[in-house]
Amino acid sequence: MNRRIIFYMLGKITLLEGALLLLPMAVAIFHGENCAFSLLISSIIALLLGGGLTAFSKPSSRHIFAKEGLLIAALSWIIVSVIGALPFVISGEIPSFIDALFETVSGFTTTGASILTDIEKMSRGLLFWRSFTHWIGGMGVLVLVMALVPSDSGRSMHILRAEMPGPIIEKIAPTIRSTAKILYLIYLFMTVLQIVLLCVGGMPLFESIIHTFGTAGTGGFGVKADSIAGYSPYLQWVITIFMILFGVNFNIYNLILLKKFKNVLKNAEIYVYLTIILFSTILITVNTLPYFDNLSDGIRHSAFQVSSIITTTGYSTVDYNLWPSFSKILLIFLMFIGGCAGSTAGGLKVSRVIIIFKVIKQNLKRVIHPHAVSSIKLDGHILSDGIQRGVFTYFSLYMIIYSAILLILCIEPFDITTNLSAAAACLNNVGPGLNLVGPASNYSCYNDFSTFILTIAMLIGRLEIYPILFLFFPFVWNKK
Amino acid sequence: MNICIVGCGKVGTTIISSLVSEGHDVVVVDSNNEVVSEICNIYDVMGVCGNGVDSDVLLEAGVDNTELFIASTSSDEFNMLSCFIAKKLGAAHTIARIRNPEYNDKSLSFMKQHLDLSMSINPELLTAQEMFNILRFPTAIKIETFSRRNFEMIELKLKENSILNGMSLIEMRSRFKLNFLVCIVKRGDLVYIPDGSFMLNSGDRIALTAERSELQKLFKGLGIFKKKTHDIMILGGSKISYYLAKMLISSGCNVKIIEKDKAVCERLCELLPKAVILNGDGASQELLLEESIQNQDAFVSLTGIDEENILMSYFAESQNVPTVISKVNRDELMPIAEKLSLDCIVSPKNIISDVVVRFARALENSLGSSVEALYKFMDSEVEALEFKVSSEFKYTNIPLKDLSFKKNILVAGIIRNRKPFIPSGNDVILTDDRVIIISAGRKLYDLSDII
Repeated sequence: MNRRIIFYMLGKITLLEGALLLLPMAVAIFHGENCAFSLLISSIIALLLGGGLTAFSKPSSRHIFAKEGLLIAALSWIIVSVIGALPFVISGEIPSFIDALFETVSGFTTTGASILTDIEKMSRGLLFWRSFTHWIGGMGVLVLVMALVPSDSGRSMHILRAEMPGPIIEKIAPTIRSTAKILYLIYLFMTVLQIVLLCVGGMPLFESIIHTFGTAGTGGFGVKADSIAGYSPYLQWVITIFMILFGVNFNIYNLILLKKFKNVLKNAEIYVYLTIILFSTILITVNTLPYFDNLSDGIRHSAFQVSSIITTTGYSTVDYNLWPSFSKILLIFLMFIGGCAGSTAGGLKVSRVIIIFKVIKQNLKRVIHPHAVSSIKLDGHILSDGIQRGVFTYFSLYMIIYSAILLILCIEPFDITTNLSAAAACLNNVGPGLNLVGPASNYSCYNDFSTFILTIAMLIGRLEIYPILFLFFPFVWNKK
Repeated sequence: MNICIVGCGKVGTTIISSLVSEGHDVVVVDSNNEVVSEICNIYDVMGVCGNGVDSDVLLEAGVDNTELFIASTSSDEFNMLSCFIAKKLGAAHTIARIRNPEYNDKSLSFMKQHLDLSMSINPELLTAQEMFNILRFPTAIKIETFSRRNFEMIELKLKENSILNGMSLIEMRSRFKLNFLVCIVKRGDLVYIPDGSFMLNSGDRIALTAERSELQKLFKGLGIFKKKTHDIMILGGSKISYYLAKMLISSGCNVKIIEKDKAVCERLCELLPKAVILNGDGASQELLLEESIQNQDAFVSLTGIDEENILMSYFAESQNVPTVISKVNRDELMPIAEKLSLDCIVSPKNIISDVVVRFARALENSLGSSVEALYKFMDSEVEALEFKVSSEFKYTNIPLKDLSFKKNILVAGIIRNRKPFIPSGNDVILTDDRVIIISAGRKLYDLSDII
């Protein structure tokens, strides 16, 4: 194992975070807040640590294999979260380190679950940092490093693959650096567009930026206790549409930019994704009709909640905890489905769900025609056995981990719906769940141990299990 | 530069590897999914899985925007068709690997013209040419020619009892009073561009430039001159063997080819009536002794198996054959072959990648002083390049000693009006000269890069 390259990459990422911390500091200084000091100290700590790591572990060999890629992804997310939690602790706004870590991990993994009981009291600098972590974490910390720092190892693909979500990761440009750059440029453009549209609708600039970060990363941190409920229907529709857009595979936007519309039309995932949103919205609108004064309100709120949950953002315009069970359970299902592969959303990803159903269909056919020869195609390409097996292994592991987390959470004296939805909301990076952790409340009810478990659950969900899972196996650490 | 490569076999992979290290944006196409994903894991390239003559696949790989399209699958016809389609879809330049002797004789220029190919590469022919060069001047272990054979750069290994052991380059020069320049020395794993006080040791690999006649005098002076080979034994009846035997026979040598496959023997017999074709297992020492290997001037092992080539070359060396050349394709076997004191190893895929890299660099620099030739020495660590000096070059007419060159750069030769000479500090570079530059660890795209 090439330990030096791991430390070297960790150093680079820490340096980058040190630089990024200066942005919320500027916001804090602009508003004349004391938290600027805590952000500055955190930034200095990050820069010193990063400088030290890069200086003392100049790698002699640039080889990165799958193992190094996984470890770099897991460890850098951990280190970034720990440093990201420092400003909250130093400023005293979240005195408990475990809570601050939960809040930061929730930010970077774009979960949006919060332990804060009174969000409107927070200083603006830290609110900005909290939401900025969504924006960075959405597209990926390592992807950002790849876009900014020229890499001389051709094998960085292993790192990219460990961080990017989805069953099949492919470059959209010839080099990793250009791939990362294209992704971030599309991301940046859409972010700026949303900020402008929100500002046009009368939302103050600071709130527009915060909500755009929350939408872009499909995170869900806001500035109000009632999330998006207090804003005008126009603003709610803008956020609905952008949540859906950020849940789409970014490859699609690249193909549109390249004017390859044929390839866009071939993509099965986006059809299924939009169809699920459409049908869920219709079902929930019908189911919740008695709760709203008129149909247009009903459609708007249903569409908002459906988009928010399937893209694992976690914003809300109503307390859906009060809705009938059918709608609530449908929303839980949507949590597990998640957005498209290669987007900023969490969950299992629509493409995996498609593959699972296709394999099931094929195997059912085989029961009746045992000698049938058939292959499974996705977007015009044949799915290899390896990918099929990978998807099923992933699905099984996902369910095993979900059950394990649920079991641990049930030590707490809360009702089953709370725990069930809390585990699902954290593992799928959604944020709010039901009952005690519903959209109108938060995660402060859990004790330190459960909070920590949920923190790990969020990391597992964002990095798609393997990187975090392998940290617990001693053979991975073995030099041989 | 955007480059698209179809076919990720041995040759394709070598080309990919060298073009990626040149910093190009490379897209690879292969029909085997596993091969594509493996290549994408090792090199920073984008992979497309599909048939290289399918225009949809090629468009997915973005051939409409590529400046260079290379087809290097094992099938000539596939490569030609693939290049043809790529050209029609908008690729600026196309290179096809065409290696079948039938295509390479008369019809090649016709096909190149009508398929609009920028270049065709034939690894087997180029390899045979390199081996032929060595066999005509067997003292060297590698020979490259610049400026259409006017000027040569050769690589040789100093033997145990070499009289150059412990001699500095200034002493060497004053002793032989010849016009030559030692450009590169490789000792162990380190490569040096030596100055006058550099001491040579036995076991060093050195590269020097000089005119052919001067080189012969120098080698005679050193007592290492070997006569041009006359009787050559070739192991294996591959395409390289055919090309090499053809060249050797037309220059009047006696050639024996040993080949296992009876059908191949018969075909070779038909194509090369003057050669002696033997049907038998080349790995059998009995057969080699029966054909008096110990009395041959040279032994060339060209079977398809690297290990067999290395072992049989080792056997030939032990039978005191003066010149032994072995073909080794896998890079990782080269150091092992060197440990067995086999000095002269030729790798077809590296020859090809040199050719492609030179073409790519010349494409990239069509305005300035373009790269006319590019060769790699000392296991690809050092490059020797020939540039034609254009009027764009700013440093003409300045004595070389007044120019501050970058580190590890050497002007090894200047060719003016077809007359080569080795420059001293007082010489100058003029427009329309051809200059030969040695560069260690730095990639040169333009002549101005040296300063």
